[in-house]
Amino acid sequence: MRLLNRPLNRVAGRLSRHRRRPLAGLLVMLLGLFFTGALYAAFAPASADKQNGTDDAEIAQGRELFLVGCAFCHGQNGEGITSQTGQLGPSLVGVGAAAVDFQVGTGRMPMVQPGQQAAVKDKVYTDDEVKALSAYVASLGPGPSIPTEDDYSIDHLSKDEQREAIVKGGQLFLANCSACHNFEGSGGAMPEGKKAPSLRKTSDKHLYEAMLTGPQQMDVFSNGNIAPEDKAAIIAYLNSIEENPGYGGFSLGGIGPVSEGMFAWLLGIGGLIGFAYWIAAHSARSEKTEHSEETPA
Amino acid sequence: MSDHHDTESNHLPASVEEPIANPGLPAHKPRPTDVDVKAERRAERQVAAFFVLSMICAVLFCVAYFTLDIKDETDTFIGLGASNVALGATLGLALMFIGIGVIHWARKLMGDVEIFEMRHPAASSPEDREETLAQLSAGLEESGIARRPLIRNTMLGAMGMLGLPLIVGLRDLGTLPGKKLESTVWAKGTRIVRDVTGTPVKPSQLEVGDLMNAQPEGLVTLHHEEDVAEGEARGVEYLEGVDLQVAKSKAAVILLRMEPKDLTFSERSPQNWQVDGIVAYSKICTHVGCPISLNEQQSHHLLCPCHQSTFDLADGGRVVFGPAARPLPQLPLRVENGYLVAQSDFREPVGPSYWERDSK
Repeated sequence: MRLLNRPLNRVAGRLSRHRRRPLAGLLVMLLGLFFTGALYAAFAPASADKQNGTDDAEIAQGRELFLVGCAFCHGQNGEGITSQTGQLGPSLVGVGAAAVDFQVGTGRMPMVQPGQQAAVKDKVYTDDEVKALSAYVASLGPGPSIPTEDDYSIDHLSKDEQREAIVKGGQLFLANCSACHNFEGSGGAMPEGKKAPSLRKTSDKHLYEAMLTGPQQMDVFSNGNIAPEDKAAIIAYLNSIEENPGYGGFSLGGIGPVSEGMFAWLLGIGGLIGFAYWIAAHSARSEKTEHSEETPA
Repeated sequence: MSDHHDTESNHLPASVEEPIANPGLPAHKPRPTDVDVKAERRAERQVAAFFVLSMICAVLFCVAYFTLDIKDETDTFIGLGASNVALGATLGLALMFIGIGVIHWARKLMGDVEIFEMRHPAASSPEDREETLAQLSAGLEESGIARRPLIRNTMLGAMGMLGLPLIVGLRDLGTLPGKKLESTVWAKGTRIVRDVTGTPVKPSQLEVGDLMNAQPEGLVTLHHEEDVAEGEARGVEYLEGVDLQVAKSKAAVILLRMEPKDLTFSERSPQNWQVDGIVAYSKICTHVGCPISLNEQQSHHLLCPCHQSTFDLADGGRVVFGPAARPLPQLPLRVENGYLVAQSDFREPVGPSYWERDSK
């Protein structure tokens, strides 16, 4: 107090005469708290808003949608519901906006019925509603946010760097993704009726979000696991194989020897057998008498 | 021997009685080309036309080979590589037109006479068989193989010994694996790095639910030069070529982070082998050695795509389904200078069983 008052003028000097009054200390403390609070209010919420790109109205709209469409399984506050027979819906605290954008944006959520795996269907919510839902779930706890185009695009790289990224993305894809999603992203079967979906038609943003959040039985490939630029490289690789001409002929679904064998046996060998039958069956005979010297045996 | 063959020959039927009277062949009807000169000429021209088509296809093959681009600006045909399609189609058609031409020729113009041949007993006549057996007996008698055991035995020995050069030659096809199957390049303090990118891993970089395909440091080809220099200063050996592939085929691991409360600890998977819920397992299936990383995040079940062996990674790699006989070997982990490293090599051989392996 003394240090604060010393450089001030005599108004301050007059004030200082009251400094030993019983309420003076309390007043100073209140003033201090007020200024701290004002400073915090001025800076902190602004930066939080910038981080999430959301506002209270959006979160409120998201909460309304959530209570109608999601709360039945995930709980009124997204805390998850465990019933007697097992988990109805997992907790959504900390799954982040990216998980919501993926699950709702690809039509997996809301689920029509419980099952081994949430099926992909036409999405139920509009883009704005998905955004509001994402904002609400993101407000429940910190989690990965929705990636922007800068995250999953390699357009900002030079031509050579793009080629390099695609090659690296291919190697990363073969090491990390092809076990379940097949060597060209056509998807594959998983135990107990589940499947790893095809990646051929999935949008770049949803590919990125799936790696980031690990939906359902998929493992998480967080940014600490596979760096953001490596995720973009994997996406670039997947896009590049769409553009590649089929040097080996028709891909037949790209699921390897199963479909190739089926076509080879049914169409290939079947066609040859049919052709052989046709050759043997086609036999024109004349009713005219023979004019040559040949005689029947 | 000579006692038997007389009785055998007596059992042969002299001739076979026909149960149903042979109706004989139907009357031969000539083909149009046999009776109509115009049809014959036409068929001749058709055959020649097929051969000419084959020639055209062979020429088109050469044209396609030199004109269609397979380099930077690949020519495409309905989404396929145009060169491959053209080469395959022209060569295939060239061969097929020769075949069609030959068949057309045979069916329309070549001889059209039905031929038949009656079946007859397959055995030789009794006289021939008797004479052959007599000659064989005479030969054996003359050679004296029954009377001269010394010659017989040394001959058999000489033939048997011919196997020795073969066995000695086989020895040089490769050395026995010895103890090599029991160890990998993992050693005390070997850093775990991400597969492909080769960067070391901090525990804080992994979230719960993360799966990472990883390798021991030095077994990844995409390195930055400064990293290699830094690694070599620490004594890391960077393998290349065949050595890299051999080492990688045994050393590949998967790294998972789970909720520590989900993990089950046991004697073969003690608590001090994991770091904050991070565990590392061999990626090589213990059934026949397929590399596996089909993991289900929520159940922690790792599935081998080859024969559906399934391992529970929250429970020491226990086999929960399939033909695998042993759990997946776990790599003991700890943290050194902030990075995840191995406490030691695997405590048991990785991969499938082999004869000399103990069965634990």
